Amino acid sequence: MTTPNEILNKAAELRGTLSTGFRDEIVKSLYSESEAITNRAVHAKGEKTYDLDQRIDRIVTSPIFGLPLMLVILAVVIWITVIGANVPSNMLASGLFWIEEQAATLFTNLGAPWWLTGFIWHGVYRGLAWVIAVMLPPMAIFFPLFTFLEDLGYLPRVAFNMDFLFKKAGAHGKQSLTMAMGFGCNAAGIVATRIIDSPRERLIAILTNNFVPCNGRFPTLIMLGTVFVAASFSPVYASIAAAGSVVAVVVLGVFFTLIVSWALSKTVLKGEASAFTLELPPYRSPNFLQILYTSLIDRTFFVLWRAILTAAPAGAIIWIMANINIAGTSIAQHTANFLDPLGFLMGLDGVILLAYLIAIPANEIVVPTMLMVYMGTGMMIELESMEALRTLLVEQNGWTMLTAVNLMLFALLHNPCATAIITIYKETNSRKWATVGALMPLGIGVVVTIATASIARLVGWV
Amino acid sequence: MTDKNKELPTEHCETCPAFTQLEQMGIELDNFDRVIALAGNPNTGKSTLFNTLTGLKQHTGNWPGKTVTRAEGGFEFNKMRYKIVDLPGTYSLLSASQDEEVARDFILFGQPDCTIVVTDATALERNLNLAMQVMEITQHVVVAVNLMDEARRKGLEVDTRSLARDLGVPAIPIVARSGEGIHQLLSTVAEVIEGTIATQPRRVEGTPEFQQAVAELSPMIEAAAPGIPNARWLAIRLLDGDAKVEQALREGNLAELVSRQQRAGVKFSRKMAVEGNQ
Repeated sequence: MTTPNEILNKAAELRGTLSTGFRDEIVKSLYSESEAITNRAVHAKGEKTYDLDQRIDRIVTSPIFGLPLMLVILAVVIWITVIGANVPSNMLASGLFWIEEQAATLFTNLGAPWWLTGFIWHGVYRGLAWVIAVMLPPMAIFFPLFTFLEDLGYLPRVAFNMDFLFKKAGAHGKQSLTMAMGFGCNAAGIVATRIIDSPRERLIAILTNNFVPCNGRFPTLIMLGTVFVAASFSPVYASIAAAGSVVAVVVLGVFFTLIVSWALSKTVLKGEASAFTLELPPYRSPNFLQILYTSLIDRTFFVLWRAILTAAPAGAIIWIMANINIAGTSIAQHTANFLDPLGFLMGLDGVILLAYLIAIPANEIVVPTMLMVYMGTGMMIELESMEALRTLLVEQNGWTMLTAVNLMLFALLHNPCATAIITIYKETNSRKWATVGALMPLGIGVVVTIATASIARLVGWV
Repeated sequence: MTDKNKELPTEHCETCPAFTQLEQMGIELDNFDRVIALAGNPNTGKSTLFNTLTGLKQHTGNWPGKTVTRAEGGFEFNKMRYKIVDLPGTYSLLSASQDEEVARDFILFGQPDCTIVVTDATALERNLNLAMQVMEITQHVVVAVNLMDEARRKGLEVDTRSLARDLGVPAIPIVARSGEGIHQLLSTVAEVIEGTIATQPRRVEGTPEFQQAVAELSPMIEAAAPGIPNARWLAIRLLDGDAKVEQALREGNLAELVSRQQRAGVKFSRKMAVEGNQ
């Protein structure tokens, strides 16, 4: 039996008999053989036609037009989503809440106890109805557009355009690709960091992935942009303002990704950015059936299903919290009151913070949770349209422009959802980094919202 | 398929509804007769080919690095059940990032019955580097020259016969998106596995000293880890001073690597099928 050490010694000894750099020679001959074989097998037919891909790339990846073009494309995609989602959202909401009303009446008429009717229809069902009405239409428009760009081959161009920024931040250029994946799902973006070789740069990419809003958070941003920001503008500019505010949040997210990457690479994760080659694939005309399948089945229903799975128990918890009273006040109200001082400081309120606590398993349900707490603790009203939503928040719960803006900021900057935290733990195999990955964005979110709230109050905007 | 059918233009044959020899089996992987691996550079259409064969919807995207883990699926072809493993796209098998390791470990230790190297017809030179590295590890290789439609559009003519002659393994032109050439690819894979087609992969010869060193070292590795495949490749890596291979050898992990790669069963593949979709 040969022992491993004997083999290693033999290998070392034999290595001595070889010329230094023998491996380089082998690699070199590998390359030259590849070249020779290719030259024998591939022939260009006739005059080489002008390369359309290169012409397009000269504009799309140009130092001048590249970044602005990216922003314009993003803005157009979000604008289409905003104007397209409004009507179906309203229709879904009125339809689903009509069902709630009818079913609750039926239950009461059949003599079901009030708590059963409340728990099932005003708790669990209402949670589900909100998730579907608020999230389904934007997702069904946003995802096919996003997938179209992806299949076309635009994402690597985005990475190419942003590479120099990541390099300056001391991070790996491929991080722009994993960041782009984070727009789909942060957990998926974190897994995708496996394409980064250097552990240092990979860790930076993992820890900062949460700074771009994922699919679960886009509907919240779009809803806030539509209901609040757009409402402060004349109807002509409303949809543009809504899209603009979402784009601003995305840009801010990228900004934080870069700043935090830079701070990490200058402090705890010191080092130089490593070089890499990024291949720009040819533009390919996307397959429309494939796009519809990927974006609707894989993305829309995947995200929606996850939201439904978490919204149902969340709806149940909120209903219970809102309907069990201690000293005349519901548990939900007690908790919200407890969180109120911090909420005020951050330009938000206790209910919003409570919603974020309940929504840790999935970001998708923040808005529905919030609405359920508002409705459960206040007067029960039927929300038939997005306009009614605005009335509920502004007139009955004292929301201001600051609340909406800070909620958008906080939607961007807070702890990752449970799935993403678990993914960080799995990928880094370290409790420490999972904790940092969870608490660092949250800390930044608290600081940023407190800062904007203080400034707004100091200047007297609110 | 009879011989007469073979003479029909394959493109029409394969897209017509009567084309039934291929049965997609999704992730039903309970028992299979053969295992094939899909390797290739990033963004050459491995996942597209995988989906065409299995009927699964592993997410494909037009950008390098879409698949970072391996996905598994199954299909039946000419009454044989195949398990197919979609590996992450890599430019080489020599460096150390995690996706490359996944690909390398599977080809090395998973002992697929055949490895299909999916290449991009429009960038063949760079793609062949990987194909030749795979051919260093195993001789059961079929090169699929994908994206033939793009090559035609760019006015490139690819002579796959010359390619096959030079490489010493079959080279089949395909268009994974439309299914063109898939039938020929699968029957070639079957013939390579059955030994009807004998492959003679072109390998880098190196200097006489190098050949001598490999010849001395390989038997020692085989003696230390009986049943290990690819002793030749491991010998080359050791001569090169590959720290990972040295470590695996020192800790006696080589045998374990082999069994781990082969153990991955249905549960694993299901998980990957889900992860791959996100």
